[in-house]
Amino acid sequence: MYLIDQHTKKIMEECKERARDAGLKFENETLEYIVTNRDLLELSPKAMIPTLYDYWVYDVEVLKEYGKYKLYPTNPYETVINSRPAISFYNDNNPDWLNIMIFYHVLAHIDFFQNNILFQHTWNDDFVGQALADKRLIQKMRSEYGRWVDYVIEFARSIDNIVGYYNLIADNIFPNEIHPEDKISYYFDEFLQKEIKLSQHEIYKQILHYNDLLEIHGKSAEPIFFTEVRIKYPEFEAKFEKYKSKKHTKYDDLLQFIRDNSPYLKKEANQWMCSILTIIRNTALYFAPQIRTKIINEGWASYWHDRLFLNDDRIKGNEIPYAKINAGVTSINRIGLNPYAIGLRLIEYVEDLAEKGKLDYKFQINENYEFRKNYNKKTGKGKEAIFNLRTNFSDFTLINVYCTQEFIDKNDLFVVGRKFIPERQVYQYYVKSRKAEDYKKMLLDSLYHPCYITIDQEKTNEECLYLIHHYEGKQLIKEFIPDVLIGLEFLWGGKVQLETTEIVKIENGENESDKIELQKVIYNSQNRIVNKIKI
Amino acid sequence: MKPDLQKILDKINFKSISPTLDNIIKREIELIKKKPQITNSQIPYPNLYDKTDFDVLPNYYRPYRSIFASLKTLDELLAQDIQREKDGFPRRIKIGRLIKPSKNNQKQVVIIPTTTEPKFYHDDSITDEQETGGSGEGNEGDIIGEQPAQPQQGEGSGQGAGKGDETEHDIVQEAFDLGKILTEKFQLPNLKPKGKKPSFTKYIYDLTDRNRGFGQILEKKETLKRIIRTNALLGRITTDDIDTTQLLISPDDKVYRILSKEKDFETQAVVFFIRDYSGSMQGNPTQVVTSQHLLIYSWLMYQYQNNVISRFIVHDTNAKEVPDFYVYYQSQVAGGTKVSPAFELVNQIVDKEKLAVENNIYVFYGTDGDDWEEDGKEMTNAIRKMLTYSNRVGITVARNAWGANSITIVEKNLNESGLLKEKPELIKMDVMQSDNAPESRIIEGIRILVS
Repeated sequence: MYLIDQHTKKIMEECKERARDAGLKFENETLEYIVTNRDLLELSPKAMIPTLYDYWVYDVEVLKEYGKYKLYPTNPYETVINSRPAISFYNDNNPDWLNIMIFYHVLAHIDFFQNNILFQHTWNDDFVGQALADKRLIQKMRSEYGRWVDYVIEFARSIDNIVGYYNLIADNIFPNEIHPEDKISYYFDEFLQKEIKLSQHEIYKQILHYNDLLEIHGKSAEPIFFTEVRIKYPEFEAKFEKYKSKKHTKYDDLLQFIRDNSPYLKKEANQWMCSILTIIRNTALYFAPQIRTKIINEGWASYWHDRLFLNDDRIKGNEIPYAKINAGVTSINRIGLNPYAIGLRLIEYVEDLAEKGKLDYKFQINENYEFRKNYNKKTGKGKEAIFNLRTNFSDFTLINVYCTQEFIDKNDLFVVGRKFIPERQVYQYYVKSRKAEDYKKMLLDSLYHPCYITIDQEKTNEECLYLIHHYEGKQLIKEFIPDVLIGLEFLWGGKVQLETTEIVKIENGENESDKIELQKVIYNSQNRIVNKIKI
Repeated sequence: MKPDLQKILDKINFKSISPTLDNIIKREIELIKKKPQITNSQIPYPNLYDKTDFDVLPNYYRPYRSIFASLKTLDELLAQDIQREKDGFPRRIKIGRLIKPSKNNQKQVVIIPTTTEPKFYHDDSITDEQETGGSGEGNEGDIIGEQPAQPQQGEGSGQGAGKGDETEHDIVQEAFDLGKILTEKFQLPNLKPKGKKPSFTKYIYDLTDRNRGFGQILEKKETLKRIIRTNALLGRITTDDIDTTQLLISPDDKVYRILSKEKDFETQAVVFFIRDYSGSMQGNPTQVVTSQHLLIYSWLMYQYQNNVISRFIVHDTNAKEVPDFYVYYQSQVAGGTKVSPAFELVNQIVDKEKLAVENNIYVFYGTDGDDWEEDGKEMTNAIRKMLTYSNRVGITVARNAWGANSITIVEKNLNESGLLKEKPELIKMDVMQSDNAPESRIIEGIRILVS
């Protein structure tokens, strides 16, 4: 691994200027390394972070049957890493024009990393430096505690895919100071919704009323409001007292919960384990946004490498080889999904919508076909709209908002279904649907989605950690459950229970989802023996 | 359904059969008709997260991790794994198998240590909707592509894990290495070689000859005898007065071992691997049997220092020999089940080629325990004949999940034949539940079969 030569660095710096002129924003310093195949082999298990801590699993081929992205929700082989300065990797013998294309692609990634709010928590630190400090700490621990360090790493990693990433970004974006008083938030968030079960509309009316009171009475609005509440709902005060008496520190993050509450880790001799849990958690949080922005990030990079490359006067004469490579990157598959292609098309679509003013309210409410077809306000706001996408959107929101019928038709997209033809022993692939809702559902279903596991704080105590897996249409991989639980038992120092739902029977029919039989079970890990009981 | 299957079925229906067998046959036919399971890895279209910049931007090499890049040696990893067990945690290192495509369309099976990181993951295998995106022309309902439900010759199968392309080791070397690991680390028994015969082509060099005056290693006892004799002849010692400090030592008295060329002895083994590939073998039983046979194959490779001739036979209602391990390993489920033709075929081959004269013969058979021939007379007769010439017959029954824990027909017939008790040193049977057979259980099975 060594830095690119001065000649190539100069090309990079020129690319930066042009990219900035086009509106991309990124820090000035970047590092570009030439990597050999051997380097890649060593870097790829560490998600391209050269300084990541050592761990024996990196040294072993990992079974890939379960799908690479599930075992590595870290988007492992990215050419750019989100560090300060940003680091990118290149092959040795690319011609200049090709480097220009890749540089633009990389710069757009850097712009994305440094401006998209899903990455906000990574903006203040250099992860490569942080990782190096972590690595040294772990090395030091290894010399002191031996193989137990690796066990703790292993057990912590066994739950690092379910860290509370969204809590973290929610906290970043929604600072604690502006949280309303406990009583108010309980009234609107819990009491009205869960106890009284009012409709959205009714709740909204009450919020309006409260806001009116706030405007008139300022600080004394709250007592006035609750006097009214007491008349309407006499039981409210008692319920609120009861609510307050329970523990309500909300933990959706199992790793954090164990670190802060495990009786075993609290023992003085075991304090060092907490540092490992923190390292694993921070590493997982650092990688979390990457897998959730795959489509939009690659789309964004593809959009810019194309725009910037074609306007670059340095590459005259290389348009044809470029076109070939670009087509390879961004063409839509006849069958299958290409994140580069979908991302690029969605971004271009949004740009077009904004350019014609079709994101305006006036356009949205009018359903007249002719009106919609010919609507073009020439707003010149296309770029602004896609920069907004880059700042505020993730894969989910991009698809959820913009995967419309118009988009589907424009790009000739459809859902591919598969059916078995018994006579000929073949699977046939067919055009299943050209409806936007089906296509959107298919795309959303193929997005990365870790399972949702929470801690039941009422059933959890010194002796027992009680977890609940919330069933979302898929059961957990059963084979792995006992091993994870044994690890958690070690970290908690007591028995661990997991409540989950398993699919006991699937009827083979046309519509499989209709004929699923479910069974709730509890896995119980005690003294490193795991058993399962039905409930 | 295949016409020949129907014929067999018609024939069977004439006889009176028990309800259990009737059930087995019906279920098997049901399975043959049903769609075969296809694993996600066999689905040919790309997924959202398959591609990365390294794949689409030119001139990169796809990072592929393998043992050859690993920073720890396999020995260290295995030692660590044994330590895990002592510490009370489950083992983590598995022996992985990759199907490696190569230029001449001949698959290679590559063996690597591998591991999983258990986490809470969603299990897509059951509920996956098997939908993906597409683009281009075509109305709803139009067929746009087709894929054979069963992997074709020359197509990767779902057995392995991923794909690799930089390793150039061939199966024999890999199998030899794996056999070594299995023998050393999993404490599989060593074979006692029988019937060694001198090789005409192989020589070894060993310190077998003696030479006076010079050589590689001093033979102290012989040398001492010589010295005593010389000194006795010279009259320097008598029986009741030996003063060793006064002994004269002639250079000629020193006897050495010296390196010399010897003809090597080779033990030859012929191993027959037989497996049932009928309809009921789909999924787990096939996995268990092929994995186990691959491991046995490797172990024998090591034990016989590569002097193993392997023959591969698959059977449904008929038996046929297949040319090599890849075909054997990847042959897909076919029709109904009849066990006896497979054993008869082995008897024929051994008889015709006179294999028993010069070779140790091993027969390993894997099945889910179903047999359409209820009394199993033909099967036991064939096995009885086989036991007259073979060193070991090992039968693995990987029971299907639906049978719960009930005894299968093959087990029943074997038990009733009394062969297992009559000749326990020649024939062994191991029974496991195919849906609950981790690698450790499979290796344990080998220990039972070969002990």
